[in-house]
Amino acid sequence: MKHVVTGLGIATPVGLGVDEHWKSVLGGINGIRHLERFDPGRYRCQLAGQITSFVDADHVPGRLLPQTDRVTRLAIAAADWALADAEVKVDESTEYRIGVVTSNASGGFEFTQREIQKLWHDFPTPVSAYQSFAWFYAVNTGQISIRHGIRGHSGVVVTGQAGGLDAIGQARRQLLGGMDIMVTGGMEAPLSPFGLVSHLTTGDLSDSLDADMAYLPFDPRAAGYVPGEGGAILILETEASARRRGIDRWYGEIAGYAATFDPKPGSPRPSTYRTAMRSALADADLEPSDVDVVFADGTGTPAGDLAESAAISDVFGPHGVPVTVPKTMTGRMLAGSPAVDVANALLAIRDGVIPPTINTERATSTHQLDLVIGDPRRTNPRTALVLARGRHGFNSALVVKGCDAG
Amino acid sequence: MKRVVITGIGVAAPGGWGKSAFWKLLTDGRSATRRISFFDPSGFRSQIAAECDFDPRAQGFTEREIRRIDRAAQLAVCSAREAIEDSGIDLAAHDPGRMSVSLGSATGATTGLENEYAILSDNGKKWLLDAEHGVPQLFDYFVPSSLAAEVAWAVGAEGQVTVISSGCTSGLDSIGHGQELIREGSADIVIAGATDAPISPITVACFDAIMATSPRNETPETASRPFDRTRNGFVLAEGAAVLVLEELSSAYRRGAHVYAEITGFASRCNAHHMTGLRRDGREMSEAINSAMRQACLSSEEIDYVNAHGSGTKQNDLHETAALKTSLGEHAYRVPISSIKSMVGHSLGAIGSIEIAACALAIERSVVPPTANLNDPDPDCDLDYVPLVARPARLRSVLSVASGFGGFQSAMILRTPSPVIAR
Repeated sequence: MKHVVTGLGIATPVGLGVDEHWKSVLGGINGIRHLERFDPGRYRCQLAGQITSFVDADHVPGRLLPQTDRVTRLAIAAADWALADAEVKVDESTEYRIGVVTSNASGGFEFTQREIQKLWHDFPTPVSAYQSFAWFYAVNTGQISIRHGIRGHSGVVVTGQAGGLDAIGQARRQLLGGMDIMVTGGMEAPLSPFGLVSHLTTGDLSDSLDADMAYLPFDPRAAGYVPGEGGAILILETEASARRRGIDRWYGEIAGYAATFDPKPGSPRPSTYRTAMRSALADADLEPSDVDVVFADGTGTPAGDLAESAAISDVFGPHGVPVTVPKTMTGRMLAGSPAVDVANALLAIRDGVIPPTINTERATSTHQLDLVIGDPRRTNPRTALVLARGRHGFNSALVVKGCDAG
Repeated sequence: MKRVVITGIGVAAPGGWGKSAFWKLLTDGRSATRRISFFDPSGFRSQIAAECDFDPRAQGFTEREIRRIDRAAQLAVCSAREAIEDSGIDLAAHDPGRMSVSLGSATGATTGLENEYAILSDNGKKWLLDAEHGVPQLFDYFVPSSLAAEVAWAVGAEGQVTVISSGCTSGLDSIGHGQELIREGSADIVIAGATDAPISPITVACFDAIMATSPRNETPETASRPFDRTRNGFVLAEGAAVLVLEELSSAYRRGAHVYAEITGFASRCNAHHMTGLRRDGREMSEAINSAMRQACLSSEEIDYVNAHGSGTKQNDLHETAALKTSLGEHAYRVPISSIKSMVGHSLGAIGSIEIAACALAIERSVVPPTANLNDPDPDCDLDYVPLVARPARLRSVLSVASGFGGFQSAMILRTPSPVIAR
């Protein structure tokens, strides 16, 4: 049974919707800039990948505005676009055959910071009647299902940055378990002051104030990452379901998936990242040599980059496969990033072109990577491996194939 | 398709530490709800909760770990340790890559987040927080995936590790996910359960704002009264339960004690309202029917229903309607009870705590009661096992959960089969 992607909805710092986002990605547009949502002057890190052109009221019904955090507004818009793109109609005959599984690593925390502040500062002024559900990690799945009358399997996975792949993996499981269509993906909006300060305490944010120099995975000057907001929602369905609906074209296929967890820091046991890659390929019944491009996680910290390049070299051989990190244009959007990379991989296969890694000028030779830098590479990729790592040790890998690939 | 059994149980619930104290509380029909002691609740509408009497030092956590690890993760780690010991499994003899963790949580590291927020904002005075005072673990609190990481580190799991966060159905959904991992062959052992430690001002305030929690502050121990005519909301709680899940034949091969087999699980959205429920309970009924189909079970074969039974006006009606739709006339005969009457509603955690209760009920042939049910609601006209535990031989048990966001889940356990599969 094939699991095909029939719709995409993308919201990133470089574009709203598939066309705008993809045009920017192929053009190497940098969406990282000085934080505008609040004055970051007092913080060591002042850059972020921000979505600046999203006018909430244009995309979200007025009724939902007072009850939603930014992350939910973005998720609602992306789900609307994806469902329209896939021409999915939810009605009484299909409502229990369609489900939603999303990931969101940090919840609706801008909304929550506002309410906690009110509570602590103005007690006993009541908090918003919507606080109970604007915050929690399940909010996007709930709101999307309500908005579209979707009543099938529902779920929410939280695995940090890896969540965007894990949600898609979990959605695929539900297709195997009997669902026809799944609305899935990841969305993140972590750019509240609390969100930025939380990121800062990791010590892994880049100090650079130069947007073109701040997030340079695998570069000799790599010194951290830049956070971003955004994500993607995909419509994943069985091939049989798509054909029943009269759909005979799709972006591609989700052919394999696996996730692993690293040993506790300090353990002598090796990282399990390689196992995630190999297991995902085995799940897709593919060999490493079948893969035409790897979308790397690209932590941007020297240690994280080294761990990743070593794992990729182990699986594919040194310089063995083209590797790219288009999230250099958007910043790291936690659970949103890998979902966007899956969309990027599908579009790369559609258009026969690998999108570039920007900012990074060259990969350190120790990485032994064939990094796609500067211009897109027109090599007609048919099969992609998308990777994601979440802080604490979450590793996920997902295989995307074109319609005609094997 | 592989079959999945429960071979170990660990519980951190209000009213006594560990699995045995938990079961005693349930069978005694005592309620562990009380006035909130973690902070001064004066000024809140609901000032009561079911708190765990938990001393992390006595549980072996170092001072550094106590500072670093959020309370919800501490509760989960303790329950995981108890479950593994209970199962008798020698994890060192198993491939870490074939062991997974599936941990449910609705509110993640709320307590850690709010405590740190209060410091960094100088008690809410600053919107732009003081980064220089941020503790190194702040990001762990910001992304609740850290909770599952702590459990994975504690047990040495290197397979898929996940936090399942579907609000108040998280505790059923996380066990359901763990079951899926074994069924599909991705894991041999899954440490599956859920945890929540939400008794902090912001959580109390957000339920106050929608009057979801009981304001019966004068008599906290009688405040949680599911299916009672005078019920007026749920009682917030904390807790954790973790199970050891294994594939049936390998569990029998190692001579494990098997509590129960998980034979059915389903989850649905009601697509209705983020907090409201449709009176007819249609989607919960759909989840129940789907779980029964998976378990190849007819409604008459269900011997006990562990209810969601939160004690809000709308939930208990919604759930009663769903049970009538799915079970038909059998709904009037089967014993149904809500242990939230005793351990309160620990949001995402309670679903796993309830599955632990179901497994123990099967093992010990006792149906736990619904405490505080003195004045039955005439519109809730089923057998809710009021006040007193009831001996009963249980073969198949249904547990249901319902939560904000419209989530509805159902799980079926059955008594272990003496026959080794294939």
